[in-house]
Amino acid sequence: MAPLKIESKLPSGPIEQAWEKAQFEMKLVNPANKRKYNILVVGSGLAGGSAAASLGELGYNVKCFCFHGSPRRAHSIAAQGGINAAKNYQNDGDSIFRLFYDTVKGGDFRAREANVYRLAQNSVRIIDQCVAQGVPFAREYGGALANRSFGGAQVSRTFYARGQTGQQLLLGAYQALERQVDEGTVQMLPYTEMLDLVVVDGHARGIVTRDLLTGEIKCHVGDAVVLASGGYGNVYYLSTNAKGSNATAIWRAHKRGAAFANPCFTQIHPTCIPVSGEYQSKLTLMSESLRNDGRIWVPKKPHDKRPPDQIPEEDRDYFLERRYPSFGNLVPRDVASRNIKMVCDEGRGVGPSGLGVYLDFADAIRRLGRATIAERYGNLFEMYERITGENPYEVPMRIYPAIHYTMGGLWVDYELMSTIPGLFVLGEANFSDHGANRLGASALMQGLSDGYFIIPYTIGNYLASNKLEKVGVSHPAFRSVEAEVVAMTKKLLSINGTRTTTSFHKELGKIVWDKCGMSRNAGGLEDALGRIRGLREEFWKNVKVVGDSNDLNASIEAAGRVADYFELAELMCIDALDRNESCGGHFREEYQTSDNEALRNDELYSYVAAWEFTGVKSPPKLHKEPLEFHYVHPSQRSYK
Amino acid sequence: MKLTLHIWRQRSPTAKGQMVRYDVPDVSPDMSFLEMLDVVNEGLILKGEEPIAFEHDCREGICGSCGFMINGVAHGPSRGTAVCQLHMRQYKDGDVLFVEPFRARAFPLLKDLAVDRRALDRIITAGGYISVRTGSAPEGNVIPVPKEKAELAMDAAACIGCGACVAACPNASAALFTGAKITHLGLLPQGQAERDQRAKKMVAQANVEVFGNCTNIGECEAVCPKEIKIEVIARMNRDYLKAAWKNRESYRDDDPVELALSRGKP
Ligand SMILES: Cc1cc2nc3c(=O)[nH]c(=O)nc-3n(C[C@H](O)[C@H](O)[C@H](O)COP(=O)(O)OP(=O)(O)OC[C@H]3O[C@@H](n4cnc5c(N)ncnc54)[C@H](O)[C@@H]3O)c2cc1C
Ligand code: FES
Repeated sequence: MAPLKIESKLPSGPIEQAWEKAQFEMKLVNPANKRKYNILVVGSGLAGGSAAASLGELGYNVKCFCFHGSPRRAHSIAAQGGINAAKNYQNDGDSIFRLFYDTVKGGDFRAREANVYRLAQNSVRIIDQCVAQGVPFAREYGGALANRSFGGAQVSRTFYARGQTGQQLLLGAYQALERQVDEGTVQMLPYTEMLDLVVVDGHARGIVTRDLLTGEIKCHVGDAVVLASGGYGNVYYLSTNAKGSNATAIWRAHKRGAAFANPCFTQIHPTCIPVSGEYQSKLTLMSESLRNDGRIWVPKKPHDKRPPDQIPEEDRDYFLERRYPSFGNLVPRDVASRNIKMVCDEGRGVGPSGLGVYLDFADAIRRLGRATIAERYGNLFEMYERITGENPYEVPMRIYPAIHYTMGGLWVDYELMSTIPGLFVLGEANFSDHGANRLGASALMQGLSDGYFIIPYTIGNYLASNKLEKVGVSHPAFRSVEAEVVAMTKKLLSINGTRTTTSFHKELGKIVWDKCGMSRNAGGLEDALGRIRGLREEFWKNVKVVGDSNDLNASIEAAGRVADYFELAELMCIDALDRNESCGGHFREEYQTSDNEALRNDELYSYVAAWEFTGVKSPPKLHKEPLEFHYVHPSQRSYK
Repeated sequence: MKLTLHIWRQRSPTAKGQMVRYDVPDVSPDMSFLEMLDVVNEGLILKGEEPIAFEHDCREGICGSCGFMINGVAHGPSRGTAVCQLHMRQYKDGDVLFVEPFRARAFPLLKDLAVDRRALDRIITAGGYISVRTGSAPEGNVIPVPKEKAELAMDAAACIGCGACVAACPNASAALFTGAKITHLGLLPQGQAERDQRAKKMVAQANVEVFGNCTNIGECEAVCPKEIKIEVIARMNRDYLKAAWKNRESYRDDDPVELALSRGKP
């Protein structure tokens, strides 16, 4: 394997013109030649769907894969709140620079300025594109697009389609994709899971997949591979991600040479419905927009078991409003989550488990009337009641933080190419734009920016700059990777132990959540590393996977994914241990200010940690990509 | 509480299937229906038996992956609910439930409760989109869309493509699904240019996919987890008739039925 190189290819010159300049400098593929290139896109969410559709439209020969039965079922469909864009339609002082500034600051100065600036620039075009596709965004009475303020932003720049923004954006991308399927430029392969990457002479040249219906293992050859397989939040077992979301595509690519960046940067969303029992299979997010009108509180005294309506005003602690007078309940996600954990650790949490705080609408209902609240949040209230059996118009909601998003992911350069030439990574699967903490309504924006407006240019540059040798599935590299994939499935089926995959996954998730979740410390992380390694060994000796490898078998699918989580969880803890500072979602208890705020260390840690895989049992190698800030000066974030 | 389940088990598309009885003790009212199936499946795996196959992903009623019949009703007894959102507090101790896959000729069975709904994708492929090249869109606010129109379009666009409408329909018609997309795009100013073609092509595709015809029974609306109104079928019929009556030549000069056939059947 060629030595791993971290070259960010950041453009020079003023940031405002950087992307345009970079685009101009990129080589182009002649229109007549595009159809001669085969591009493999793994994933059909916002990132993969928009990329496959746009590349097909340009004339490339695209194959798009998803494990779902239909590309429209990708996890992006579940995003509720909205998508940001610096349109300044509200005339409230927004601009591309402000969105850029907010995102760099919100990411706690651990993202690249040039990437974030480009994202803010592209945000505007995304809205135009989606409107033209027929995405039914919310409108004002005059017919103009409506906006709301979201996730603590002080301007209203969030576009939304009821509580179903992700669904509508994804359907837009999906329809564009289906149009290309009809045109014959894209071949869609649903129920197909990528299980490995094939690298030939240092370039990504193909993938090995399993047909989830027949179990058939197959090789696909391409001139470039695009991974848009989503985030890895399900390492924690319980998360707001869909059950099928997994890290297999990126993890196996990592093992073939793609550096993994900032794996410990995970986001915990403050407003989720608390866990109700052992059987719990996933957590449900309650949209962040609820914090616009709901007030968060706990009893002042620990272990106060009175029902909420019997706790008088003077015995309540509206802790976010108290600690952060200017942002109040709207502080960013990491700050809100950490504070919720803090009050619960003090024994002031509510609900049967003590792991919950109230999100109370009584004041808002008094002020605005029940009808207004119903109009704003009716569907969310209904969803809450369906799950908990409690009516939030009458009893305050109970919420608790949950894993929601992963900022870390495969390292990519400015052109979204990983450390393996020809392997591009888009959407939540890469690490690019959110630093140590993502702002609300920015993931949808990033996925679409990557897919519609970046990869179409950068992939051309790669293809036009590299002369690739013709290879076929009979090439030894394909044969050997395929054999490894077959062997792994066989191995999993042959163990025939006594524990189910789910029981391992739950145990792993609990370790990672306790030790590498909302707050971390060196001792805990060391402990977690030991336990994860032990559990992994037990898994490979004692897991029970049933059925055959040659048909629809959820048991095999799950086992392969969990096998990867063990290794990824280990890397997350190693990264968290290595980063001796607190920033964004990564809160190391040893590094905090006297009033418990995150304490960054810019002198030593202003870098992207890109990890190179060296073997399952050997320590990964750290490569540092230094971060420089020329436009937004690093300061301690303050939401007081 | 204790429940008795009778679940359709069928190893493969061609194998013979049958109902199999499972007694489930200790069902918590706070569990979701799928979580209860998870518990049953964990038990089966430990016994070395294959878990019951069912599709699911988001478990919050938005991805459209889940869906089966409970006591003959698609997605079970609660209105406006996908089966993943159904909670066990709907049931009482001693209840007996019959769980079967969605059945329709256009939805070949894959295994147990999982069916292949790719025919729905092909209906979209046929024309369920607005053709706009990436990067060629005008400024978002150039075309105002009246709020009521946008809301109506959103009502139809809420479809999650689960196929419950087809499963509930005695004719196994996909009219609610097809009508929802035709309505969503047809209500918006952006969708006008292709409106006639869209209706013709999508309806032709639905016919080729061996979905039945709509005879206005309305079962589809009753089971739709997104409560899409049957009115979308009327809008589809209107667009289709108008398009057929105008008998305009397609810009591609292709016969929609021929095209639909070429898109292939399962
Ligand atoms: C409940 C929830 C609400 C959210 N709300 C918002 C919001 O309001 N605003 C916002 O900006 N962000 C939100 N987010 C975050 C945002 O939705 C995601 O970050 C984003 O949609 C990810 O898109 P993606 O295209 O990268 O991946 P995904 O949408 O996860 O798509 C992954 C695709 O890859 C495929 N895939 C994965 N692995 C493989 C494999 N091995 N082989 C083949 N195919 C594979 C899948 O089938 C799927 O098609 C929310 C997230 C959650 C969980
Ligand atoms: S699992 Fe997604 S709709 Fe039910």
